[in-house]
Amino acid sequence: MIRDSLILAKRTVTKMFRSPEQFIDVTLQPILMTTIFVFIFGGAVAGGTSQYIQFVLPGIIVQTVMFTSLTIGVNLNTDIQKGVFDRFRSLPISRSAPLVGPVLGDIVRHTIAIGVTLIYGVLLGFRTDTPWFHVLGAALLMIVFALSLCWVSVLIGMLARTSGAVQGLSFLIVFPLTFASSTFVPASTLPVWMQGFVSVNPVTHVIGAIRGLLSGESAMAAGTTVGGEVLWVLASCVVLVGIFFPLATWAYRRKI
Amino acid sequence: MTNIIEAHGLTKRFGKTQALAGVDFEVEQGSVLGVLGPNGAGKTTAVRILATLLRPDDGYAKVAGFDVVHQAKDVRRTIGLTGQYASVDEELSGIQNLVMIGQLLHLSTTQARARAVELLAEFDLTDAAKRATKTYSGGMRRRLDLAASLIGRPQVVYLDEPTTGLDPAKREDVWNMIRVLVKLGTTVLLTTQYLEEADALANEITVIDHGKVIAHDTPQGLKRQVGGQTIEVRPVSLADIDRVTALLTSVGTRVPEHPAPDMVSVPVDSGEALTRVVATLAAEKIAVTELSLRLPSLDEVFYSLTGKAKTEAEVEEEVAA
Repeated sequence: MIRDSLILAKRTVTKMFRSPEQFIDVTLQPILMTTIFVFIFGGAVAGGTSQYIQFVLPGIIVQTVMFTSLTIGVNLNTDIQKGVFDRFRSLPISRSAPLVGPVLGDIVRHTIAIGVTLIYGVLLGFRTDTPWFHVLGAALLMIVFALSLCWVSVLIGMLARTSGAVQGLSFLIVFPLTFASSTFVPASTLPVWMQGFVSVNPVTHVIGAIRGLLSGESAMAAGTTVGGEVLWVLASCVVLVGIFFPLATWAYRRKI
Repeated sequence: MTNIIEAHGLTKRFGKTQALAGVDFEVEQGSVLGVLGPNGAGKTTAVRILATLLRPDDGYAKVAGFDVVHQAKDVRRTIGLTGQYASVDEELSGIQNLVMIGQLLHLSTTQARARAVELLAEFDLTDAAKRATKTYSGGMRRRLDLAASLIGRPQVVYLDEPTTGLDPAKREDVWNMIRVLVKLGTTVLLTTQYLEEADALANEITVIDHGKVIAHDTPQGLKRQVGGQTIEVRPVSLADIDRVTALLTSVGTRVPEHPAPDMVSVPVDSGEALTRVVATLAAEKIAVTELSLRLPSLDEVFYSLTGKAKTEAEVEEEVAA
């Protein structure tokens, strides 16, 4: 299964480099988001762009990675419609490899998304106050989270009839997850009824962990630690994969 | 000879649609079976079951002795599939597509590359090898798709409507590729809605309609099953059409038909009828542009089997007199 998956992961990467428009959502989009949030909301939310970028950049990186991880359903849905999957399924290869391969191939996109956003943030004045391996750890944690979350998208990609529907459904999931969290504003400023959701939303914990890893624990919400948040994130990854990987492979076998 | 494909009583239902209602297939090793039927007859469903992509609701199918449901992986090692829509990756180049499939079939990268180069040459795609396949023409895509299904040198190849949507010259190209395949000993199961195509390629033809087999025979046998021969006459002058019709009425077994406004045709039961027609035409000094005696075309066979209007397939070529 590993060998078959890696061959198909390479296919995803090759395709990516052959159609540069696929890079827009991991390059231009985070740059645009960072610019908009820092310069438009910075003054109002945090009293200045330089304070706000320190707060919001981890959130924007996580949001970008989440958006990126949800494009996979659209791509798989298109592949199925074009008949490419019929060919894969008629070959004597591992059954889940056609799904696992593209998921692994997306690591390249996530890495680019994280790198571009971080570098652009630094250019606008973002500063990391932690050792380099904390920054690396933050990147790894986001990739692990993205690889877990993308199984939701894979499932939608298998169930929806058209790739347009996949896109719509995916956005319906990402928007509440990213906004009802501590991505753009401190969770303590949100209404109480929403805080209940925010506190169990894995995105809140991803962002908490990333803030801690990039800016130190003083930047995190009161009462949380890097270690605690990382554990929370890893636990939610296990839950996400535990639920959505079997569902996605089941839907895949059923669909074709 | 042994049967390399055997299917019995295959049924498949999608919601309210009964796609297959008990279909049998038997294909001898090294032969070509043409599965003929109109759109929606169940051809693609049958191929997808035989290619392990769908489970039948009932019945069984074996390919090279392996059950398509319980020994799917063994079946997949035996078969090559060319879908109704070219199932190659549009963003990848021709050679990247083929090398990837070779690797998935557990060839080493070097072996996969060698096999890809070999097949690209065989299918006349060497010049386009490095271009993304989205820049390929329809005919080139079909050829690449066919090449992709042959990488593992499968014993059995399924071709699901390999020439649908191709112009006649490209269709001839694909036919020649299929003939080469058969010469190498590959067993081919071909679905088509072109009667002409089944006639040109298949050793035996299974006609299916509404998920059921309505006839199975050799192309010759199928024509004979409908019986008789047909005489067709096209007089030079339209004024002669009534005299020709009267003449054909006297020799035919049925009332003559007018396949074209200036043409008369009638089924006859012996070759002697042609001699009489020729003699009478000469005696009455009726000049003709066309005069032919032929077996019924597969169009007519299909028409008489299903009772439905024929597909867009061409009417058999006529011998000009």
